[in-house]
Formats: sequence, structure tokens, C-alpha cells
Amino acid sequence: MNLEILTSDLLNVLMLAFMGVTGVAIARIRNLFAVVMLSGIYSLLGATLYVILDAVDVAFTEAAVGAGASTVLMIGTLALTSEREKATPNSNSWKGLIVCALVGAALVYGSFDMPLFGDPSAPAHQHVAPRYLNDSMAEIGVPNVVTSILASYRGYDTMGEAFVIFTAACGVICLIGRAPRRLKKKNGDDA
Amino acid sequence: MIGMRRKIVLRVVSKLLIPFILLFGLYVQWHGDFGPGGGFQAGVIFAAAFMLYGLIFGLGTLREALPAWLTRSILALGVLLYAGVGVATMLMGANFLNYNVLGATPQGGQLVGILLIEFGVGMTVFSAVITIFCAFAGRAAADVNPIDDLGSDND
Repeated sequence: MNLEILTSDLLNVLMLAFMGVTGVAIARIRNLFAVVMLSGIYSLLGATLYVILDAVDVAFTEAAVGAGASTVLMIGTLALTSEREKATPNSNSWKGLIVCALVGAALVYGSFDMPLFGDPSAPAHQHVAPRYLNDSMAEIGVPNVVTSILASYRGYDTMGEAFVIFTAACGVICLIGRAPRRLKKKNGDDA
Repeated sequence: MIGMRRKIVLRVVSKLLIPFILLFGLYVQWHGDFGPGGGFQAGVIFAAAFMLYGLIFGLGTLREALPAWLTRSILALGVLLYAGVGVATMLMGANFLNYNVLGATPQGGQLVGILLIEFGVGMTVFSAVITIFCAFAGRAAADVNPIDDLGSDND
């Protein structure tokens, strides 16, 4: 039992360290193709972390969207720009570092007031969560509680999310969906 | 992106992989109430299979299999199905999206309602990812070779 907790803690620290290293590498590397690949690796590490935390549904989404689909979209965007980031004279890097350190310190200070990880008396485990966990099987009859919360108890919120995705796709169609046609027509007129 | 058409290894391996990705997407879609997953993940996985097809065989081939009017219709049909389930429950005398009335027993109704709205989410997410991918990739291809028939969003 103790060994199990120790192993899981060790894995958490290891994954977070890997994510930190990947983040620093993304900030420092100028080759944008490598940056896109590293951001995919970052998402995959995040998904692994979610699996260790027993949040399989979130891990699933992170792996499919973060590591899969968005990496392909980023490569598609790279085809429109150059593969190397232009070097900018970074005279303000020290000021930026100080701002980052201050904001990070404030966030860490704020986290001291948060309930401990897995604390049963935390507000998140007090409000509606006991009702969902205790009565979901009798009321909804679906073994996966995540599904019963997302699709039934919180069905109205999930409908809003579906409409957000619909609106996002509509926005992309309006903004860049029709560009190739104009290019092609112009080309046809020339020929 | 479009230049991978002649790579024989990629073509063969992707042809082998795509049916399994589609099958896994269907499993995640219809098994989301018992295991991890659901409409959102299934939509992305299903779209990933088509994105792989588009990457290897070209955007025009992808748009032949999956025309723009089809993905746009599925995009709208998904949210319409979701909201339609809510309207149906209202017509049957319950609150908006209260699935209890959809079946003979409350649990049976919940199962029907959850499967339907998850399918709606899956349809919308699938078409949204495909649409965004084709818009980006079509633009990249247009810059490289404007004469090439892109078959992207232009019906």
C-alpha cells in the first residue's frame, strides 16, 4: 500500500519534471517544427498524468485533441509560415523573467489556501458530488459516472459546449473556408 | 503536407490503420456509458482517421470521400439532434433534456437519451475537426499550388 503511494508520487514528480523540461525547450528552440512536435509530447505527458490521477476521460480527450488533432493543425499552419522563428532582439527578457517569477510566486502563494489533494472535506467533495456518486446508478443506470454527469445531470451545459464547437467551426468556415475558391478563380481568369 | 502521396510505406500502413481507427471511434462512441469516452472523444478519433487519409492521399481525395456539404450538414445535424432530444422530452411532458420519459422505465429513457445526445456531440465534433483541418490544409495547398484541384470548402 505504502509502496503504491510512493510509486504514484514518484511518477507524478517524474511526469511534471518532464513537462517542465518540455516547456523550457519549447520556449528556447527556434525551429518551429520541433516546437510543434514538443507541444504534442507535452500533451501526451499531460494525458499520462491524468491517467495516474484516475481521470481517464480527461486523459482520453487530452491525448486525442492535444497530442493528435491540434498537432496536425499546427503542422498545417506551419506550411503557411516559415519553419524557423525569426530572432528578435530580446532586450526586455530580464523584465519578463521578473514578471513571470512574481506572478508564479503569487500563484504558488494562492495555492497554499487550497484544500490538500484528495482531501475528503474539500468543497468539491461536499456539494453535489456525493449525490452524483451515490444515486447515479439508481437514477441514471449508467456505470460511468462521468458520462451520467456530463450527459444527464449536466446535459444543459454539455449542449452549450456542443454549440460552442459548432460556432467555432462556423467561424473557421467564414474566415478561411472560402479562400481557395477566390485563388482558383483568379488563376482561371489568368489562363 | 500534400506531397506524401508517393510514399508507399505510409500509404500501405495508413490503409491498414484507418479501419481500426474508425472501429475504435465507433467503440468509444457507443461504449462511452460503460467505459471511458463518449461523443467528444469518439468524434475526434473518427475525424483523426479521415485526417490521416487526407494527409497521405491528398485533400482532394478526402473531399471526394467526404464532400464539404456533407460535413457541414453533419455539423448542424449534431447540435440539432441534441436540442431535438430536449424538445422531444418537452413535448412528452417533462423538462427540457429530462430523458426519463423517453423509455418505458426512467433508466431505459436515460440510456436512450444519453446515447442520442452523445451521438449528436460526436457528429458535431467530427465535422468541426474535419472542417477546421480542411480549411487550414486547403489554404496551405492553395499557397503552394493554386491550380491543383483542392476540392476544399467551395461548393
